[in-house]
Amino acid sequence: MKRRDFLKNTAVFITGASVSLSALELVDPKEVLASRPDLRWGFLVDTYKCVGCGMCVKACKLENDIPYDANVTRTWVERYVIMKSGEVVKDSPKGARDGFTSKLVDQGESGPRLLRDKEIAQGFFVPKLCNHCTLPACVQVCPVGATYSTADGVVLVDRKWCIGCGYCIMGCPYGVRFFHPVVHTADKCTFCYHRITKGGNTACAQACPFGARRIGNLRDPNDPVAKEVLNGRVGILRDEYGTKPNVYYIGLNKEVH
Amino acid sequence: MKGHVWRPLYVVIGIVVLLLLFRFFYVPDDFGIQDQGFTFGFHRLSNEQEWKDFPAKYKGTEYCNECHDDKVASISSSQHEMIPCEDCHGPARNHPEDPEKLVVNRSRELCIRCHSKLFMPSSGRNDIPGIDPNTHNTGMECSECHNPHNPSLEDM
Repeated sequence: MKRRDFLKNTAVFITGASVSLSALELVDPKEVLASRPDLRWGFLVDTYKCVGCGMCVKACKLENDIPYDANVTRTWVERYVIMKSGEVVKDSPKGARDGFTSKLVDQGESGPRLLRDKEIAQGFFVPKLCNHCTLPACVQVCPVGATYSTADGVVLVDRKWCIGCGYCIMGCPYGVRFFHPVVHTADKCTFCYHRITKGGNTACAQACPFGARRIGNLRDPNDPVAKEVLNGRVGILRDEYGTKPNVYYIGLNKEVH
Repeated sequence: MKGHVWRPLYVVIGIVVLLLLFRFFYVPDDFGIQDQGFTFGFHRLSNEQEWKDFPAKYKGTEYCNECHDDKVASISSSQHEMIPCEDCHGPARNHPEDPEKLVVNRSRELCIRCHSKLFMPSSGRNDIPGIDPNTHNTGMECSECHNPHNPSLEDM
């Protein structure tokens, strides 16, 4: 190799390597998160306390202008009944907007099913909502930057920027996203960003008479929710997807996913 | 190069320039990768403020207590103490200006959300006094016998 070529190749290599290294530094989310240790919103659901009244679902719909009779909800409650035979029966009629008032379990096409009390081993309710993942799949797949993660860990949708392509709805492993029938964009739980950023509580947590839903700052060691998440035995949904959800569950069974 | 190469190239360059011009005027200044990079932070920064400005409808029991402290006190000493006012009275919004009066939900459907007896072991539902709504005084509103602010019949 000629000396001139060697110098040229070296210069190109160093320039290229330095650019790619700096680019990697810029987009490393872990580093950015570590530099903002003050606030990260987390949600705690206690499935032992939930009674399936559905007041949270109703409050969420009214608070966030989600059409009341349309079959879309930002949060919903599922009923799980585990039979002594090991069979798992579950339903969530209208997302539990009107609560669970009947012993009949909605089984879709096969119709309602009556379960005999003495055959039931476990019965519980599981409230669900957007997990506001630390590594959200929906944000990664959004082609226009309409779905994004804020610095305090809330995943939001920019209604002016969303083009309605539906990638985020398909990308979410938890199925918490839907098309808003009125504004015609992708929609999801915002952790009631308008309330929590003013020091308030989420509408669903406020409406819950039993304290089954709580929101807190995971970065504050004195926060009751953070204490429970850090020291208690809590679970998350679908850990295998690696999205690192920020909604934690007390009393989570393997049947729930 | 020959003209047949330059001519389509001019068209392509023109399209690129037009796209860049469109982007310059259409994309707002605060649209960018923000502090979390392309993967998770690519967004319009002012949208965060737009979500913060979304109007709240539910005000909370403290708000109700400012004017209706007698009502809040009465329910606070009953078994229904944990139920927030707005679960039955609806979201306060800007009450008393808008709406001037809240509509109270006295329906049977509201009460049986918790009080319809379901066998749900490993849930708090099992600990709530429950009835079978198909046999317990059908056709009547619960509030005809039970005062929601003091629901126990023994204490009435």
